Amino acid sequence: MKVETASEPVTSRRRKPVDWFAIVNTTFLIAAAVLCVLPLVHIIALSFSSSAAASAGYVKFWPVEFTLSSYEYTASRDEFWRSLWVSVQRVAIGTPLTLLLITLVSYPLSKESHVFRLRLVYAWIFFLTLLFNGGLIPTYITVKELGLLDSIWALVLPNAVPVFSVVLLLNFFREVPKELEEAAFMDGASYWTTLWKIYVPISKPALATLALFSMVEHWNQWFDGLIFMGSPSNYPLQSYLQTIVIQQNLANLTREELLSLAEISDRTLKSSQIFLGSLPIILAYPFLQKYFVKGIVLGSVKG
Amino acid sequence: MHLMLLPGLIFIIIFAYIPMSGLTIAFQKFIPAKGLFGDQTWIGLDNFRYVFELPSFTQVVWNTLYISSLKLILGLVVPIVFAILLNELRNQLVKRSIQTTIYLPYFLSWVVLGGILIDILSPSRGILNEFIMMLGFEPVFFLGDNKWFPVTLVLSDVWKTFGYGTIIYLAALTGIDPGQYEAATIDGANRWQKAWHITIPGMRMVIVLLAVLSLGQLLNAGFDQVFNLYSPQVYQSGDIVDTFVYRIGLLDAQYGVATAVGFFKSVVSFILISVSYFCAYRFAKYRIF
Repeated sequence: MKVETASEPVTSRRRKPVDWFAIVNTTFLIAAAVLCVLPLVHIIALSFSSSAAASAGYVKFWPVEFTLSSYEYTASRDEFWRSLWVSVQRVAIGTPLTLLLITLVSYPLSKESHVFRLRLVYAWIFFLTLLFNGGLIPTYITVKELGLLDSIWALVLPNAVPVFSVVLLLNFFREVPKELEEAAFMDGASYWTTLWKIYVPISKPALATLALFSMVEHWNQWFDGLIFMGSPSNYPLQSYLQTIVIQQNLANLTREELLSLAEISDRTLKSSQIFLGSLPIILAYPFLQKYFVKGIVLGSVKG
Repeated sequence: MHLMLLPGLIFIIIFAYIPMSGLTIAFQKFIPAKGLFGDQTWIGLDNFRYVFELPSFTQVVWNTLYISSLKLILGLVVPIVFAILLNELRNQLVKRSIQTTIYLPYFLSWVVLGGILIDILSPSRGILNEFIMMLGFEPVFFLGDNKWFPVTLVLSDVWKTFGYGTIIYLAALTGIDPGQYEAATIDGANRWQKAWHITIPGMRMVIVLLAVLSLGQLLNAGFDQVFNLYSPQVYQSGDIVDTFVYRIGLLDAQYGVATAVGFFKSVVSFILISVSYFCAYRFAKYRIF
C-alpha cells in the first residue's frame, strides 16, 4: 500500500503527456487487422452486387444494387452441388478414419521403451516419412496402380495417417498421469480397454483439435482432387472452384449456359463462388480459433 | 499393442514407403503400362543428365531458393514484430480481437485466396490498382510482371501466415513472469529496453526453433500458392521445383524426368530437414518423439 501511495504523484504526472506510442501502435495494429480481412470483405461485397455495378468498378466494401443472382446461378448448377457432396463425403469419411488411426498409433508410441520394446523401431518408421518422401509422381502412380483413381478413397486414404497429428497426440497421451493407467491394469484391464476407457475420454480436447485440423485440411485440399479425379464430376468443391475461378475453364459449358453467364458477369459469379468456398471455414472460425490456439501451443511450443 | 499399430502401419507403408521405392522411376525409361514394379528399362542417370542440362531448370531452382528464402525471413520477422507490438497493448479486448482477426487467412485455401488476389490485383479492374491510380501512379500488373510476381508471392504468403506465427510467439510470451517487467520499470527501463531485454529473450527458444525448422523447407516455395497464381508469362520468375515437376510429369507425362527432379528434391530436402531437426534438438531441446 505504502509504495502505491508514494508513487501516485509520479503516475499522475506521467499521465498528462499523451502516450503517443500506444496510440500509434493501436492504430497500426487495428489497421493491419482490418487489411487482413478487407480483401475478403471486398469479394463478399462484389458477390452481392449487380454485375453492372461490379464491372463499372463501383463496388468497394459494401454491395451496390444488392442482388442474389450470382448465388442463384451457382445454386442452379449441378456441378456445384455434386462437388459439394464429394467434399462433404471426404470430410465425413476422412476425419473419423484419421482420428481412429492416429489414436491407435499414438497410444503404443506414447509408451516408454522399457514397456513397449519395439517403440523406437516403430517410431522411426513413422518419423522417417517426415524426412523423406517419394514426391508427386511416384505417389500418383501408386494411387493409380491401386485402382483408386476417380474414387473418393483416393482423397481419403493417402493421407489418412498424418504423422504430425500422431506426434501431437502421443505427446498429449504422455501427459496423462501414469497412476490412472496402473490402477486400470490392477483391475485387470487390457491395453485396449485402457486406451478407450481412460486415454480417449481424457484426451477429448486434443482429439477435438485434431478433428478440426483434419476437417479444415480435407475441406481445403484441391490438388489431389485435380490429379486423382479423371472426370470433373468427381471433383471436390475446392478442385471445382480451382478450375472455374482460377483456370477459367469454360470449355465444358453449353452455349445457353455461356449466354446466361454473360448476363451475370464473370466477376460477381466468381466472387460468390470464392465466398461459398470459404463459408464453412468462416462459420467454423469461432471453434477453430478456440481449439487452434490450444493445438499449436500443444504442438509447437513444448520445450 | 503391435496390433494397434498395424492399421496405421499399413497405411504408411502403402502411401509413404511404396512411393519412396517408386523413386526408382528416376533411373528408368518408365512405361506406366508395365507397372511400378514391372520390367522397366534401366537407363542410369540419363534422366538426371537431361534435366540438369535444361537451362530452365537452373532458373527454376534459383526461383525456388529466392522465393522461399524471402518467405523464410519475412515469415520470421513479421510475426515477431507483431507479437511484440501486440504485447504492448493494454486493452485486452482490442488485443484479443486483433489476434483473432489476423489469422483468418491462414485457414483459407490457396484456391480461395488465389481467387481473391486475382480479382483485387487485376491491373484493369482490381481495387488495389484503382487505389494506386488514384494516387497518380501507373497500374501494376502484380501477377503478370516478372519484376513484381515474386514480391507478390512473398507478401501474399506473409498475409496468409503471419497471424499463425504471431499466435505461437504470443503463446511463448505468456510464460514470462510479469514481475520482470515491473522490476525493469522500477529500474527505469523504457519500452524499447524492456522489449529488447525481456520480451525477445522470452521468445528466443521459439524463434530459434521455428527458424531452424523452416530451414528444412527451403525447397518448398509453396506449390499451392504458386500454382494458383502463376501463368506462362511469369514462369521466368515464378516457376518453382514443384510446379516444374507437375508440368513435365503430369501434364507432359515424362514420368522418368519428373521423378528425377523429385528425387533430387527429396534428397536435398532430406539433408536439410535432418540437419534442421538436429539443430532444433541441439539448440532448443526440441524432440519430436
